Amino acid sequence: MRHLKPINQKAGRVVDFVANQKHDVVALQQPPFRPHLPLGCTSLFSPGWEADQAGGTAGLCTPVERDIFDCHISCFWPAQVPDMLNHSPDWTGKCAAAQKDWRKIDLVFP
Amino acid sequence: MITLAPREFHLFQAAGRDFLYLVPSAAIFALDDITSAVLAAVTETKRTEAAVVDALAERFDGATVHEAVADLLAVRAIGYEHEPESRTPRVLPLMPASLSTGRSGVIPLTTMVMNVTNQCNLACTYCYEYGEDKIVDTEHGKKPKFMSEQTARESVEFLLRESGTVAHLTFFGGETLLNFPVLQSTVAYGRRRAAELGKSIDFSLTTNATLLRPEIIEFLVENDVGVTISIDGPREMQDRFRVFHNGAGSYDVVAPKIKELLKRHRSKPIAARVTLTSGTLDITRIYRHLTEEIGFGEVGFAPVTTSPGQGYAIGERGFDTMLAQFRALAQEWLECSLANRHHGFSNVTESLEEIHKGVSKAYPCGAGLGLLGVSTDGDVALCHRFAGSDAHKLGTVRDGVDRDAQVAFLERNHIADKTDCSRCWARPLCSGGCYHEAHVRYGTTTHPNLHYCEWIRGWTDTCLRLYGELSERNPAFLARFDREEAKAEAVV
Repeated sequence: MRHLKPINQKAGRVVDFVANQKHDVVALQQPPFRPHLPLGCTSLFSPGWEADQAGGTAGLCTPVERDIFDCHISCFWPAQVPDMLNHSPDWTGKCAAAQKDWRKIDLVFP
Repeated sequence: MITLAPREFHLFQAAGRDFLYLVPSAAIFALDDITSAVLAAVTETKRTEAAVVDALAERFDGATVHEAVADLLAVRAIGYEHEPESRTPRVLPLMPASLSTGRSGVIPLTTMVMNVTNQCNLACTYCYEYGEDKIVDTEHGKKPKFMSEQTARESVEFLLRESGTVAHLTFFGGETLLNFPVLQSTVAYGRRRAAELGKSIDFSLTTNATLLRPEIIEFLVENDVGVTISIDGPREMQDRFRVFHNGAGSYDVVAPKIKELLKRHRSKPIAARVTLTSGTLDITRIYRHLTEEIGFGEVGFAPVTTSPGQGYAIGERGFDTMLAQFRALAQEWLECSLANRHHGFSNVTESLEEIHKGVSKAYPCGAGLGLLGVSTDGDVALCHRFAGSDAHKLGTVRDGVDRDAQVAFLERNHIADKTDCSRCWARPLCSGGCYHEAHVRYGTTTHPNLHYCEWIRGWTDTCLRLYGELSERNPAFLARFDREEAKAEAVV
């Protein structure tokens, strides 16, 4: 921090905090290993495609233009997937093998 | 297009340069020319980083502007417009794990204010305890008029049970010295019990000085009891409100006794505590009289607590007058401090200590946390001003703090819920102001004291400027605020 001079004790703590936030740029497989979650292949909640994490559209992780917007398990899925953790746990219950049974997956009406 | 926008801060000037008081972190940074220019550009109109570089191209090269933007972003003086500002987290102070999920530990009791009596030999017309704004009926109510020795001992046990290694016991009233026997035995008992438990304890009291007999002075000196004297200034100011029950003024009674105390008691600074009313706003004169003619080392001022209708209430213009006078006296304080001389205007010292630490309060004071009041029957209350009020009871000295009531109080009074304060830059220090003042003015402790916002902002700005001046011109002076022990009043 070259342009701001911390004056009181709290400012000193802010400077320390900021310094600790900075990490080196490292390759993904270079230790320490951190979870490697490439874009679009996450089993976590998708950050969403209508708004980014800050509520705007500047930082969307998936472009709105994309037809296939996300992955469901290991398949690209051409629409939003229901929330299988909370509301539709059995959504794919009848779909033992996606290649064969995908027609059994129905629409979900929340 | 990603635009930069200013976040919450208060910009002030001191010693010829710009300083930034950040809200809500309460961090203070000195700006250089370039950060000042960047901040001014972003404050003038929200713009992209490239536009900031363009706007300042004649004065600074692009790379330096980018650096300055990065610095200001890092301390959150500015931010990206599309990113919502982070809200003040609504975190309750540490509470027993059973009462708050995921947290453990309790804030130790630091200061216990013990009302050894609710009787007074003066009849100050503005008194919050006996005047028109009183909240407890001390005359016909069910509370005993004097605290018994038994209750006092139980209070000491309570304090030592709830405190960390350091405990402060403040005797209060009513007029404290009306119950001198209990005060005397409590000091001895407290010392003995603290020693047995390996804790340190110290004592102080507040008195109107009418009963300071030589043997009492002797006791206070020998036992190193800190003393605060309630006094309003020269004779005509003191006698205006601080009168005996027959209406006679108290100045001639107290002045010689205070002088005697000041002569004898040298181990701790004896402080004067002045109540300001609409009629007694001559602060410089009061200060001169109390320091030069009476001999006090420290003088603190507080505006009277009152409902708005009272004749002695300080109105809006009164607050302006008060601020101007506070500023004049603060300037005097600064000149002394730059020369490493003592100045006894304690309002400045207290504010500067909080500014130095960067206190950002979730609650206006330590009441109900590190500070509790005890009434004559041993009921524990928010603070001494609420002692005896059933509506503000937080347990008893026998049964301990009622944690449910305490948590409920803290839930209700958090700064995050004071919408009026949510855009005010002074909230890290003010946090809505005194609970008792709010209760008297608005009928509830949760209401911010909106009648003195301008005064608080004006005074905080003055203190920030003093702090900035000192940081540039006598930084070594600020080290005296580095003391470790946290004040009970200051909730970080």
